[in-house]
Amino acid sequence: MKELLIIAISSAIVNNVVFSQFLGICPFLGVSKKTDQAAGMGGAVIFVLTLSAFVSEVLYQFILVPLHFQYLETIVFILIIAAMVQFVEMFLKKTMPALYRSLGVYLPLITTNCAVLGVALNNVDKYDYNILQGTVNGFATAVGFAIALILMAGIREKIEYNNIPKPFKGTAIVLIISGLMAIAFIGFSGII
Amino acid sequence: MNKYAERIYNGIIKENPSTVMILGMCPTLATTTTLINGVGMGLSTTVVLVLANVVISLLRKVIPDEVRIPAFIVVIASLVTVVDFLMQGYFPALSQSLGVYIPLIVVNCIILGRAEAYASKHSVGLSFFDGLGMGIGFTLALMILGGIRELFGSGTLAGVQVMPSAYTPISIFVLQPGAFFVLGCLIAIMTKIMNRKKKTKAVEAATVCPSSGCTGCASSSHCGRRIFEETAKAGLKDQVKKTETMTNGGEQA
Repeated sequence: MKELLIIAISSAIVNNVVFSQFLGICPFLGVSKKTDQAAGMGGAVIFVLTLSAFVSEVLYQFILVPLHFQYLETIVFILIIAAMVQFVEMFLKKTMPALYRSLGVYLPLITTNCAVLGVALNNVDKYDYNILQGTVNGFATAVGFAIALILMAGIREKIEYNNIPKPFKGTAIVLIISGLMAIAFIGFSGII
Repeated sequence: MNKYAERIYNGIIKENPSTVMILGMCPTLATTTTLINGVGMGLSTTVVLVLANVVISLLRKVIPDEVRIPAFIVVIASLVTVVDFLMQGYFPALSQSLGVYIPLIVVNCIILGRAEAYASKHSVGLSFFDGLGMGIGFTLALMILGGIRELFGSGTLAGVQVMPSAYTPISIFVLQPGAFFVLGCLIAIMTKIMNRKKKTKAVEAATVCPSSGCTGCASSSHCGRRIFEETAKAGLKDQVKKTETMTNGGEQA
């Protein structure tokens, strides 16, 4: 239990996906203009990332390892993620229309969110987690992503009417702010 | 300019993936702690980009339109797996330091973006040069970023001591925040240059126009100003139509 908690805190805050591992930067820059959009995207990522971390870990342990097909992991994982995003979309549409309406538009974007594939690969290659640890890592990473996204959206709403030097408008100023936030997140590195 | 050279120019300057299109940010930020890492990442992405563009351009008539995205992903993922193993075999140190970012080339938006926007619609030769141009543009951006971060962050360049020994390295440059700061400034500089180019073009067009207006101008057929005025007029007409239909609808209701 303690070990799972350490994994969760470490991947949600200390090694935040966006600020320390540099995964999922594209949606982080793209969907952080409004807080409600950011919350929707964060929710969709939490949902898909937890599920995909679990499914890819199960497939790896029970199919790829016994057949010695580990070298196919990249192809298998990306196909699973793409298929699962489609599946989740159809499932939500049929069973939970309200949730689908709030998350729907963000679901197809998740296939190209590198945090999803990154977590699946890191789980099996870098950390060698078992199924439970891998799923917890997936969930916590997604929570970290949602935290970063919502914080950034709040800041961007604030600075929208500020007087920013012209060339810095848009992506450049967002990157500078991310840098400052990354400095703040380095401060967490002592807690584990 | 020849159309192949134009694709290369387009990739390096006009639509530079990192600084103008803002694509493929994850490897750009994560792997540029040193010059060598940046160039290594850039070159491996270039290889995948060129090969993927060629293969997808060859298959563009075979792949049905409905399943094209999964098909592209399978092609790209296979190429990335090959590149990953070649790197592990021939450049183990570089492969170690780039880590998970090599397999993550699969989800690099530049590659899927070029496959979807360019290679699936154009001939093999053009697609090859398009991939090459984009790849070189990406590699150059990563090289500059990696160079700056390594120079200020550890005082070396490609592992060779460049700064005088009295220089204290500013380690924030090689840490994560440094990546964001340097890239932010790079994008701002690029935006500034692009804006200035646009401005000089607009000024040129304005000074060339004769006093009699567009009707007496010899270059009116290809001039931006005439097109602008026409579209503005058309837009106005559309708006008038819209308001008319709206008021009509309101009356009916």
